[in-house]
Amino acid sequence: MVRLIIQRILSSAITLALLTVFVFFAVELLPGDTCTAYLGRDAKGDRLEICRENMGLNDPALKRFATWASGALVGDFGVSPYRNKPVSEIVGWRMRNTIVLALSASLFGIPLAIFFGIIAGIRRDKPVDMVLSSTSILAMTVPEFVSATLLILVFSISLGWTSGVVTAPADAPIGVLLGSTILPTVALALVFAAHILRMVRSSVIDVMESEYVAMARLKGLPFRWILLRHVLPNSLLPAINVIGLTVAWLLGGVVVIESVFNFPGLGRLSVDAVADRDLPLTQCIVLILATGYIVTNLLTDLASLLLNPRLRTFRG
Amino acid sequence: MTASTAPLTRRRRMFPAWFRDVLSRPSGAIGLAIIVVHLAIALLAPMVVPYDFAAQDSKAMFADPSAQHWLGGDHLGRDVLTRTLMGGREAILVSTMATGVAVLWGGLFGIFLAFAGRFVDEASMRMVDALLAIPWILFVMLFVAGLGTGMGVLIPILGISYGLSIVRIVRAAALDVVTRDFILAARARGERRSVVIVHEMLPNVLDTLAVQAAMTWSWMLLGFSSLSFLGFGATPPTPDWGLMIADARSAMMVSPWPVLAPMIALSSLIIGINLLSDGLAKALGVDRMKKSAV
Amino acid sequence: METRPDVIATDDLQIGFVTRAGEQAAIVDGVSLALRHGVSLGLAGESGCGKSTLLLALMGHAKAGLSVTRGACRFEGRSLFEMPEAELDGLRGKRIAMVPQNAGQALTPTLRIGAQIDEVLRFHTDLGPAERHERVLDLIDRVQLPTPAELARRYPHELLGGQQQRIAVAMAVAVDPVLLLLDEPTTGLDVTTQLRILELLRDLADQSGTAMVCVSHDIGVIARLCDEVAVMYAGRIVETGRADDVLVRPRHPYARGLLASIPRLKTGAVPEPIAGRPPTMGRMPQGCRFALRCDHVRDLCRAEVPPLRPLAGGAVACHFAEKLGPWQRPHDLAATALAATDHQPVLWVEDIAITYARPGLFDRFGMAGAKPARAVDGVSFTLEHGEVLGLVGESGSGKSTILRGIAGLWPLDQGAIALADGSDLARSVDERPRDVLRRVQLVFQNPDASLNPRRTIREILARPLAIYHGLTGQEAAPRMAALMADVRLGEDYLDRLPSQLSGGEKQRVAIARAFAAEPEIILCDEVTSALDVSVQASILNLLADLCASRGVACIMVSHDLAVVRAVARRIAVLYRGRLCEIGPSAEVALAPRHPYTRALVGAVLEPEPGQAIESGAVIVEDAGGGPGGCSFRGRCPRAIPLCAKTVPDLVALDPAHAVRCHRAGEALA
Repeated sequence: MVRLIIQRILSSAITLALLTVFVFFAVELLPGDTCTAYLGRDAKGDRLEICRENMGLNDPALKRFATWASGALVGDFGVSPYRNKPVSEIVGWRMRNTIVLALSASLFGIPLAIFFGIIAGIRRDKPVDMVLSSTSILAMTVPEFVSATLLILVFSISLGWTSGVVTAPADAPIGVLLGSTILPTVALALVFAAHILRMVRSSVIDVMESEYVAMARLKGLPFRWILLRHVLPNSLLPAINVIGLTVAWLLGGVVVIESVFNFPGLGRLSVDAVADRDLPLTQCIVLILATGYIVTNLLTDLASLLLNPRLRTFRG
Repeated sequence: MTASTAPLTRRRRMFPAWFRDVLSRPSGAIGLAIIVVHLAIALLAPMVVPYDFAAQDSKAMFADPSAQHWLGGDHLGRDVLTRTLMGGREAILVSTMATGVAVLWGGLFGIFLAFAGRFVDEASMRMVDALLAIPWILFVMLFVAGLGTGMGVLIPILGISYGLSIVRIVRAAALDVVTRDFILAARARGERRSVVIVHEMLPNVLDTLAVQAAMTWSWMLLGFSSLSFLGFGATPPTPDWGLMIADARSAMMVSPWPVLAPMIALSSLIIGINLLSDGLAKALGVDRMKKSAV
Repeated sequence: METRPDVIATDDLQIGFVTRAGEQAAIVDGVSLALRHGVSLGLAGESGCGKSTLLLALMGHAKAGLSVTRGACRFEGRSLFEMPEAELDGLRGKRIAMVPQNAGQALTPTLRIGAQIDEVLRFHTDLGPAERHERVLDLIDRVQLPTPAELARRYPHELLGGQQQRIAVAMAVAVDPVLLLLDEPTTGLDVTTQLRILELLRDLADQSGTAMVCVSHDIGVIARLCDEVAVMYAGRIVETGRADDVLVRPRHPYARGLLASIPRLKTGAVPEPIAGRPPTMGRMPQGCRFALRCDHVRDLCRAEVPPLRPLAGGAVACHFAEKLGPWQRPHDLAATALAATDHQPVLWVEDIAITYARPGLFDRFGMAGAKPARAVDGVSFTLEHGEVLGLVGESGSGKSTILRGIAGLWPLDQGAIALADGSDLARSVDERPRDVLRRVQLVFQNPDASLNPRRTIREILARPLAIYHGLTGQEAAPRMAALMADVRLGEDYLDRLPSQLSGGEKQRVAIARAFAAEPEIILCDEVTSALDVSVQASILNLLADLCASRGVACIMVSHDLAVVRAVARRIAVLYRGRLCEIGPSAEVALAPRHPYTRALVGAVLEPEPGQAIESGAVIVEDAGGGPGGCSFRGRCPRAIPLCAKTVPDLVALDPAHAVRCHRAGEALA
């Protein structure tokens, strides 16, 4: 099993390395560079030269990649020409805020999704399942900005329960931030919880139809026991990976959701960075969120490796 | 499709069997109906809408629905009904073309990888995996930051981005078919490689690809609208659902119709496409849930 | 002498479902049976006859979508389907227990073996945890598995198929049930393992006086295990009675047909097929359900359902059971059916070795850690013009790999394969000239996989005609018609898709595709193992006819010695990639010389009760022998120290018969 773990970690590392290469050279291959993007495509003359000199753009691409990648390893992503500040400084607090948002959405959404997924699975095609399934399909198909806007319309504007936009600054203490994070959390959780619910439901249904559950019934075991000992472990195991994928995928959702709620996180920042054509900042955010994806996936893969006896007892 | 119940001779019909099967399922029929209505509106809207989509009428500003303006007016006094009917044109055009790009390159490259040597396959899949780690919206935004926006940028970039998962799925489906005995039988018979691919394998992979294309179309529509909403998709004053929602959001409490109307239009089309892909998946026997979990 | 009620009884039981069109269809239709304590009953019949559904009903269980539409099922007088769920749970696992068909699927993958046996004790006994643990170990020991304490801690996937089946048996007998239900208890296991499991079941039942109901498609299993037999056809019992009566003197035409279609090792008779196919569910004929296929059908049969009526100690559902005359067992036709051969070799296989590398996908998950094992090692034989050579072995013996090697689908590590004119077959398909490809054709095990589901039969047959004979379009039409006639399919089948054909029909198409090439050699890879016996018989007949009439040589791979014996002139036996015996069919089947062949022959279950188990038939399960020496020595009852040191040579006992055993020359004990 140790072999499997090492292999899995190595493969994540390779993916990460490839990703770094892509993020750097994709921008490199585009017409123009950081300075033309910042100064406008037709910029020329001294300002452009000075900018290029400052940004070190006159060095060969490979050397700049080495500088950039090695800087990224220690958290140094260079300087944003537009904001004239180190990228790491701009990103710092916002990264924390996005993590807070993602974590609270996960902690709120995942248990609920699993719980209702199991209910829908064991009450397949019954009224409970119909309601849960159609709700989740609706939540999956409606765009995030639509559902988020509807949430504001209902809970903030009509009912006035909570404020619709986040007014806390990026460096607000967590307590203050959390107070205004309720709606963004719900909006984010809604989408991925729907995916997890569907997945858990179909996994529970598969297991309920399996020969070993039929056998457990023919052994005369009580239903509650069968559910806890036979159905749940086997249906949640494959779900772990999907939960990982979904949570990782939600990192893309933060871009839209943070924009709707004006939440001071990486997603909102990325929209600003793109609007300002601030390439170093955009690259940095892409890399951070993608790393988050890879790490989340790695962790869930390792978790399922440890929990699955088939893999755990594999002697490779 | 069961044995012995099918007619002995296959008569030529107007539609192939799979299409009739799709239509015989509620999800397929309803989904297709919704899509047809939307396409018809998109095509005919310029001829039937009551107003110019950009015409501003200060009297209609934030107007409630009335006989003149069935869905009221927006913050600039433009007719909401007109803009909603016109608002899907660019989204449908971009999403359809980008889906074409995605299906074409994803499908071809996926099949190529299934037959490519170990090294090419392994290296390419590593790269695809790495790229899939970037949330699609950031993938597109990275290029928008460098290139600016517009259809010429969005269609290829959206196509490439969404094509990545098609590469994966088609390659997996092709690899699955390749191990089946009828492929071995074809090889043992001495069929040329191109015949094996086109004659034996492709028909079996196309099912998966068709379902995937339908799903990609709905994601693409969602993606383009999200970009519009963020300001990177359609450019004003083009009427576009995503853009309309973003524009009218701040005045939502005064007049909800400029937000609700495009929301309903967009959501109904996405739901329609999803219903169709669900019907398609069932008719073709492709497990949609499992494939989409990749 | 006893007044106890029957342990289980059904009364006019009907179990059905509602079709998509909204009609009622019955899977089990009007079945009445009764079983006394301590008696074992076998339910025989082909797939789809309702035997498994009936078996589950005996436990008060109906699969999803099925429901009891009429009649009752009573356990010791209590109606199972009217019982509250809790009471039913109290019976299941305690008084009535089930041994499932496929223990590998029926054991929960995330629970340790010990815990799964323990559950039964926890809910059906008052034992404390420590006592239960002891009982679990005792049960594992009772099903003759080694090291119970260690085994109890393992997960199901860490056990071999035979071991998993034993664990399922241990679970079933954990609290001494009075009724044991067996659902194809040994299907999918190797024959030597099957025999040991059956012996175990027989012993356990005898010791505790448990009644058994055993469902099996294999009449041999029922003959071995059961006192009474009920033969089912299309949801009804057509004949029932004592096993040594029904299986020896069947009265119902279907029972007779079924028994005649079973290949028999001892006589080597070519099995006789039953024409036609069973009626479709929901579209049953009005009268006797077998009327459409029966040779003795009269008007009454089509009009009226024959009741199951007592006859000579048993019961038969046939209007004319008395008038059919005595039944004759199929006698020895083997000699006439086999084509004459002029002993001209058409294929040489010389000292080939093949390594079975795992497919590429596995090493992506890092599972390539194990060293690749030789699947085939040092195999040599020749195939003579027009003969059928049987290649027999258990799973993993390398028999299919040899075929793939000859077909050029698997690379050889060493050795040579050549056709009579010297054409080299040691090369892969991609390097073979088209004419060489044409001369060797392969028929696969499962026609579902070997026929492209998206192509019509016409398109499937068109390929070999176009490739090898340049026939396309209208030119190919007459040939195609002739091929369809050869495999006894109507021309109207040409425009169907494979999914519209039955399993046997699909295999006929696969055979037609192979013969379309006009080959010299046909390679058949377990071509009947996915089919029912009556269909198997028709495929075997077809193959034997086609090969004989065209002078085509055939290598027939099978795990079933009796199948091979029915059509092959010579039989080669493989064990772990090596040939251990090759010789004339009758000699290998009746007087085997290698200890492994003896075990294999002894483990073949003939469909007649009362067979004695020959000494040497029961061999221990594979213990692994370590490298070097004879690979069979770990299981061999006759092993001597020399066997661990050197691999025995394949020694010719006479020109036609060779054995790979150090003690082959000695007289058999």
